[in-house]
Amino acid sequence: MTSAGVPLQTDCSQPHRDDAAYEEENVHEVYQQIANHFSATRYKPWPIVERFLKDLEPGAVGLDVGCGNGKYLTVNQDVFIVASDRSENLARIAQEHQPHSTIMADILNLPHPESFFDFAISIAVVHHLSTLDRRVQAIREILRTLKPATADSPGGKALIYVWALEQKSSRRGWDKGDQQDVMVPWILKGTHSVDTPPNEPKVFHRYYHLYEASELARDINTAGGSVLEAGYDKDNWWAIASRTDPKSL
Amino acid sequence: MKLITVNFLACAVKGCKTAPASYPLHFQDAELELQELEFQPNFILNIIPRIDWDGLRVMANELGFPTIPDTKPEGDALKDEQILRDLHRVLLETQVVEGKLCCGNCGHEYTIKEGIANFLLPSHLGPTTPIKKSPGLLLTKPLALSLN
Repeated sequence: MTSAGVPLQTDCSQPHRDDAAYEEENVHEVYQQIANHFSATRYKPWPIVERFLKDLEPGAVGLDVGCGNGKYLTVNQDVFIVASDRSENLARIAQEHQPHSTIMADILNLPHPESFFDFAISIAVVHHLSTLDRRVQAIREILRTLKPATADSPGGKALIYVWALEQKSSRRGWDKGDQQDVMVPWILKGTHSVDTPPNEPKVFHRYYHLYEASELARDINTAGGSVLEAGYDKDNWWAIASRTDPKSL
Repeated sequence: MKLITVNFLACAVKGCKTAPASYPLHFQDAELELQELEFQPNFILNIIPRIDWDGLRVMANELGFPTIPDTKPEGDALKDEQILRDLHRVLLETQVVEGKLCCGNCGHEYTIKEGIANFLLPSHLGPTTPIKKSPGLLLTKPLALSLN
């Protein structure tokens, strides 16, 4: 019933903020703090992600960029996934899923060979980058790792999910025309944090950029990708993309 | 971190991507541990075509694994269960618990701690790396929230 998103205050007279430092404080540090609770609430794979992973050929090798607790690593045991997250606490939780591997990495500087991977997923990650330029860079970095299409093969595919602005019926209640850059609270109940008295809920705020209709496709195109399939699914926009032209990345 | 992972890693530094010396990364002071996993011959058979054999050989030599064939197994060799079991052991069951992975191009060292390799770059190598709070930062203070 409540609208819990808070528009970001912007003040154009201020010097431009340091985007990376901003994300460190308003995204990465929050996930470090809420990792256990966050993980306990994230166990059910979303059907479109599940289908994407189950349709892969056995022996396919791919990436899960921003894997969180690694809930998608259990979907298909016949492929190999190198999962990565910025949060060490989440990476440690994700690490237990066999037969895959988890590392700590930044979506803007992925430690992988170029033009190699059969697939990539990045679920609910790109919306945490705080400028258009950084979101496009993140998508470009994912596309760069994919195998380019050749005469005999369609090349690698990436599935990207971002939170939608248009989610009127959700608990948050945002809709078209609302602020797209918001701080979203995460309430940690109990004694998870050292500097809070026991049982007093602690509220963390994560930065999100809420995507509007067709914005994800636009960002993918700007990043040098083409959208093969796209849709809206439970308050999120998603797209499956491939590389348009390897040289454009 | 399973040894197979190294086959799919390269230096995170942008300038290293096109340098042949940035792949594969090289282990230093690697502390290994065996973690038994159910042997699934089909998984190994399916993954072999995706393995960069030269990269695997470099890693195996550096770590002192004698059981990696000189060339990628093909044809009848793929029916040899011992070959598949040896690969299963090296690729999936051998974990690096502590140590470093180093780039042969720029020399940057990535630390592996309790089985997790950290590829986050320090600020001088990746312009996008976070910097701790600075006084000039414009931080947003949330307005009164209605929580649910």
